[in-house]
Amino acid sequence: MKQFFLASILAGAIALPAFAADYKIIAPANPGGGWDQTARTLQTVMQSEGISGNVQVVNVPGAGGTIGLAQFASQDKGNPNALIVGGYVMVGAILTNKSPVTLKDVTPIARLTGEYEAIVVPASSPFQTFGDLVEALKKDPGAVSWAGGSAGGTDHITVGLIAKEAGVDPKKINYIAYSGGGEALAAILGAQVSAGISGYGEFESQVKAGTLRLLAVSSEERIEGVDAPTIKESGLDVVVENWRMVAAAPGLTDEQKAAVSADVEKLVKSAAWQEQLKTKGWQDTYLSGAAFDEQLAKDVSATEGILKEIGLVE
Amino acid sequence: MNTFEFLLQGLLIAAQPMNLLYALIGVTLGTAVGVLPGIGPALTVALLLPVTYQLDPAGSLIMFAGIYYGGMYGGSTTSILLNTPGESASIVTALEGNKMARAGRGGPALATAAIGSFVAGLIATLGLAFIAPYIVKMALIFGPREYFALMVLAFVTVSSAFGDSTLRGLTSLFVGLALAMIGIDQLSGQARLSFGIPDLLDGIEVTTLAVAMFAIGESLYIAAQGDRGPDKIEAVRGSVWMSATDWARSWKPWLRGTAIGFPIGAMPAGGAEIGTFLSYAAEKRLTKHPEEFGNGAIEGVAGPEAANNASAAGTLVPLLTLGLPTTATAAIMLAGFQQYGLQPGPLLFATNPQLVWGLIASLLIANLMLLVLNLPLIGLWVKLLSIPKPWLYAGIMLFATLGTIGANPSVFELGMLLAFGLLGYAMRVFGYPIAPVVVGLILGPLAEQQLRRALSISQGDLTTLVASPVALVLLLIAAAALIVPLILRARGRGQVLSQLAASED
Repeated sequence: MKQFFLASILAGAIALPAFAADYKIIAPANPGGGWDQTARTLQTVMQSEGISGNVQVVNVPGAGGTIGLAQFASQDKGNPNALIVGGYVMVGAILTNKSPVTLKDVTPIARLTGEYEAIVVPASSPFQTFGDLVEALKKDPGAVSWAGGSAGGTDHITVGLIAKEAGVDPKKINYIAYSGGGEALAAILGAQVSAGISGYGEFESQVKAGTLRLLAVSSEERIEGVDAPTIKESGLDVVVENWRMVAAAPGLTDEQKAAVSADVEKLVKSAAWQEQLKTKGWQDTYLSGAAFDEQLAKDVSATEGILKEIGLVE
Repeated sequence: MNTFEFLLQGLLIAAQPMNLLYALIGVTLGTAVGVLPGIGPALTVALLLPVTYQLDPAGSLIMFAGIYYGGMYGGSTTSILLNTPGESASIVTALEGNKMARAGRGGPALATAAIGSFVAGLIATLGLAFIAPYIVKMALIFGPREYFALMVLAFVTVSSAFGDSTLRGLTSLFVGLALAMIGIDQLSGQARLSFGIPDLLDGIEVTTLAVAMFAIGESLYIAAQGDRGPDKIEAVRGSVWMSATDWARSWKPWLRGTAIGFPIGAMPAGGAEIGTFLSYAAEKRLTKHPEEFGNGAIEGVAGPEAANNASAAGTLVPLLTLGLPTTATAAIMLAGFQQYGLQPGPLLFATNPQLVWGLIASLLIANLMLLVLNLPLIGLWVKLLSIPKPWLYAGIMLFATLGTIGANPSVFELGMLLAFGLLGYAMRVFGYPIAPVVVGLILGPLAEQQLRRALSISQGDLTTLVASPVALVLLLIAAAALIVPLILRARGRGQVLSQLAASED
């Protein structure tokens, strides 16, 4: 009886995807995070633009997206209507978790959005400029505590790169990992740590209210409307962008891949998508085809290098 | 305009017929998902987000608020009636609530939960309106060392509050702490005890463990007893409503639960569960009927239920004043705000007062609606218990399984549900309490992370743990809670021994 019960549940679970409509998008994270929001925005725009009649978003949370990625690579192999959202954090998570499934096991389609990192200190902090902070870091790396997102994520990698460029051993940085930007924000506002690092959007309202001081941003050039120098201007060659992408299932034919790419391109060019980017404060970093593949390979090797230097990857 | 005028204006916005309708839809949906184990308010709000793009900002946020409050309340119904906590914040409710339901007092248990939630929601929402800026200042004082001290206090009070045997309680707690070690360590990013299984990298889901231990373990236990099962469930004994004694015993726990739940909910790393644990421990210590704890004490339902609803309002304090989401539901509400180009944070009260006060006012209205919606349903709910046992427990198993797949469609998760169900069964057979396992799973990682963060910030200097006055006071209270009963017991035993010695003459 129990076997029957289990079997029927299993059958039900396996049969579920059969009802899936045009596109299924896996958000490899809990509802509420950046990947979930990206997936749900894709869903809205695809439906409103008529690219797909019915889009379903499935959350498969866990381990920096690697759980969802592994499930996607095995269960949706050859399915031309399945997509997964991912990003830079996933690149780091694959390395630190020694994930057996990597981005090579799916079909990356395009980079969609991006956000630059921002370095802030509480208003009461003695550090007035990014230079002050770097000086303190050089003097005693342990005395400068950084609050940011998960270990091995974009925030952690950026701090590692800053240390490396400043001639400080990245292993010595005192990085305090929080489960998300929000919890880290509380620690920064409460001056529990020396400095904070996260996507600029996390800090924007506090910076405008004057409770946090924005020291630097991690973009190539100054960001319009943001009153802060780049890390590069201070002489450290660090440019980091926390990008998000969309990938299709493995084992697609060239025609199938081209069809998905065309759909995504149509989506990105639509006015509705541009409107969404504006309201959400996301940068449009659309990059597809061979150029994206090349950039992805570059990001993966750079990330692997710095994670080794921080000591997170053997 | 002062606070009162803003609130009055907010009430006018929230009382528009369409907004009232959104609030009604929100609380109904919220109660429904709260009842289903596994499908929490976060997922519901996420599913509804695209639907609400068509609504105006006020309308959609009012609906979200309704779902949030409804979800916090709905979890208690299944906890009390079926011993299946729908949300992790209603785990404690199951302890006394289900015992009450089995003794035919399901009606009063549900009523004290509903009214307690209302009272707590009301006071906490008013707190949100009037003292949010001060509460937030207080919450920001809490750094890693203060949180660690708070966790120590929670461990000490909670572990002594469960079960009759300290040793068995501690054994269960350590099972939970061991399970809590599984998964990626947050501070170093390295996997622990995952044995190369990717599904274990994220650790064990609290709701999976709770549903397995409580619902599956219980069903197996009942099934194993067959027809010999001694405790016959009595659907209704006496009145379905609360008696005068019930009222007299409930109102203080409501207020204490609110006082504990609201500030802890407002703390960025507080969460709803810790408030319920502390409230339960406090009620057990303060009650005039200690013999009833573990057998269905109404205080043990009233306090934690008030605490979890108060913490729901508390969560909105950092969300609205700092733009800081501290729960998954709050994170999605934040996304909802951003959808309309609003950035919650220190400036929101200044730039969009109508919306903020409309939201606060609609919380008050949602709260009232919940009470109106749920009180008449109590009579119907308790009838569930008169379903014949085989059907009832088959239904519980089905419910628990569906909820788990709903939250995470994975075969591995189902396997864990069964495995933990068997563990829960074994623990019941050998007389070990279940709740400390879940408590260990929730508190363990929090305590560990905060301790390591504190030591990392101080670069290994242990004195940092007592260097802050708040942390020191919390640790002293914890020490007192640990030592005082030991002294009392030692003296008591001494008296017994001396009496024994005397009677030998």
